[in-house]
Amino acid sequence: MKIHEYQAKQLLGARGIPVPLGRVATTVDEAVAAVRPLIEESGTPVVVVKSQIHAGGRGMGRFVEHPDLGGVTVVTDGIEGGIEAAEERVRNLADKMLGSTLVTIQTGPEGKQVNRLYLEQGIDIDRELYLSIVLDRGQGRNTVMASTEGGTEVEEVAANTPEKIVRQAIDPAFGLLGFEASRVADALGLTGAAHRNGVAFLQTLADAAVELDADLVEINPLVVTRDGSVMALDGKLSFESNALYRHPDVEAMRDESEEDPAELLAFEHGLSFIKLDGSIGCMVNGAGLAMATMDIIKYVGGEPANFLDVGGGADQDQVAAAFKIITRDPNVKGIFVNIFGGIMRCDTIATGVVEAVKEVGLEVPLVVRLEGTNVDLGKRIIDESGLNVVSADDMKDGAQKIVALTS
Amino acid sequence: MSVLVGSDTKVIIQGMGKTGRFHTDKAIAYGTRMVGAVHPSRAGETERFEGDTDHSGVKGREDRYQQDLPIFRTVAEAVAETGANASVIYVPPHFAADAIMEAADAGVPLIIAITEGIPVSDMVRTKRFLQDRPVRLVGPNCPGVITPQRCKIGIMPGYIHTPGRIGVVSRSGTLTYEAVFQLTNNGLGQTTAIGIGGDPVNGTNFVDCLALFEGDPATEGVIMIGEIGGSAEEEAADFVKSSMTKPVAGFIAGTTAPPGKRMGHAGAIISGGRGTAADKIAALEGAGVVVAPTPSDMGAAMLQALGG
Repeated sequence: MKIHEYQAKQLLGARGIPVPLGRVATTVDEAVAAVRPLIEESGTPVVVVKSQIHAGGRGMGRFVEHPDLGGVTVVTDGIEGGIEAAEERVRNLADKMLGSTLVTIQTGPEGKQVNRLYLEQGIDIDRELYLSIVLDRGQGRNTVMASTEGGTEVEEVAANTPEKIVRQAIDPAFGLLGFEASRVADALGLTGAAHRNGVAFLQTLADAAVELDADLVEINPLVVTRDGSVMALDGKLSFESNALYRHPDVEAMRDESEEDPAELLAFEHGLSFIKLDGSIGCMVNGAGLAMATMDIIKYVGGEPANFLDVGGGADQDQVAAAFKIITRDPNVKGIFVNIFGGIMRCDTIATGVVEAVKEVGLEVPLVVRLEGTNVDLGKRIIDESGLNVVSADDMKDGAQKIVALTS
Repeated sequence: MSVLVGSDTKVIIQGMGKTGRFHTDKAIAYGTRMVGAVHPSRAGETERFEGDTDHSGVKGREDRYQQDLPIFRTVAEAVAETGANASVIYVPPHFAADAIMEAADAGVPLIIAITEGIPVSDMVRTKRFLQDRPVRLVGPNCPGVITPQRCKIGIMPGYIHTPGRIGVVSRSGTLTYEAVFQLTNNGLGQTTAIGIGGDPVNGTNFVDCLALFEGDPATEGVIMIGEIGGSAEEEAADFVKSSMTKPVAGFIAGTTAPPGKRMGHAGAIISGGRGTAADKIAALEGAGVVVAPTPSDMGAAMLQALGG
């Protein structure tokens, strides 16, 4: 699960990570009202207006409605004109940004609507660095990744100048030790107060990553100010869904407007669903088989419309919900149900499909392949239902049949 | 011969809720030597299992079975009383990591964790806990391990298996069944089938299993089934190249998976352009593995790898 930048900074700030002062706004008036306290509290006349969407590249991104306007704007009107001038400029900006569509390298061409702005104090930046904490799957440990190339996508740095990335694995029994954090700070070229602050920042962040069950913590850029402070100028957190039960405060930050409605509906029914661009809907048990079903549809010349894993223990209601989610997609021209029952019993799937078809109707071809536990019972339920269902002998046969029926 | 589990494997179960009980019953029906259960609040009781024998399992048994399984307060007590040398874990995800560590602390040499949905940070700590202990963890989020007609631990349907010549190792449950069923239908059969699970942090990896199968005289070839995410398949490819003498076939799921999306399994995600199916297939083919073009061709790929 992803959250917004301002929410990430709230969570990190509450755990001792230095972040700029900031205020969130959902209306033009709220944005304007944030300017005075920000300038007065921070003592700097500069404020930054940042679009809040679940995608990176906002600074370089542009609004569809205002092609000359970026997703992040630094307001310097306060330096000469005082607070009132800054407020006037923010009013003008917020009016354009709120409700408009921001396109960045990560949003795709359709962009994302900006519904929230985050206003922050301006920071006097000396250096911009990169810092993240990610899981090293091979080692089964969190790893610090840092580089001097702040503001650049880490994938780009890894591809072009991999020697500039420093890695430090974290032993879960001990956390990030002082000398390890110091080694990272050395590699980033930090000295004096900035080195001391950097070590504290690294150790605090490593602890926060564990405490929050974050599967990614990315601070890009991490900035060093002219007075040697080390601060998170941006903050990206994503969370592992299996651990969300321990973090109701994080769960409450879910922004449903940022998520695909069909994926959200599936999530509420305990189904794993991802929408794709093709025309053949898939319902499968097991994540690996669900992926392989998409692959084989493509292999025989079709395009999958979705990934859908009904899981091992789905009941009839979940199967029916899955069927409805697939048929909601107007691109779907045919459906392939591919089940290899282990815990999942074929008769449960068959009954669920038959019930769902009776309820929502069936306007496209349906191919069903059943194998495994209670397969004979499942096939009988389908056969006796009187529905127009095509049976398949194995998964390639099923994929070929559904592709033939829809082309 | 086989690897990990066989006729000598004596199994306890941790987490006998509805699911755990259901699969314990199936295991006993198959002929697995289930010797006890751990349930703190029911210590001292027994749980009765009875029904029709699964004749696809261990041969030479009566048509009906009846067994009273003793319940213990702790894993240590269960091991002391029963001599168990394996534990299967169905404990719900929030408590499963603790159950794994308890089994490891009690010295159970083989721990098979079926549970799906264990928080990654719990597995990070668990893996650290297991680091210096002489135990093997298989899973979590896996179907289990089966040696046909000897021992079935986990949730796989028994009847699709048949004793034979091929070792099976897979990150995916249902794709394991798919491969196993094809190997049964084309007459190759299986020595042992191991589900290593779909989580990003797990106990046993492809390389561990390839090494086990390489050392097992009965195994003539291995099929490994991987998927997008991580680099376990690439490491397996290196191992095949450097250390395997037996033929290996494979399949990788997720050729059509979009980047940045978690495809059901917690570990199945292409991140930062890494962990793609194309890279994994290229690595395996580079190591001489016969990679099946579709999941329906896994059995045929194994035959081809064997030179038949």
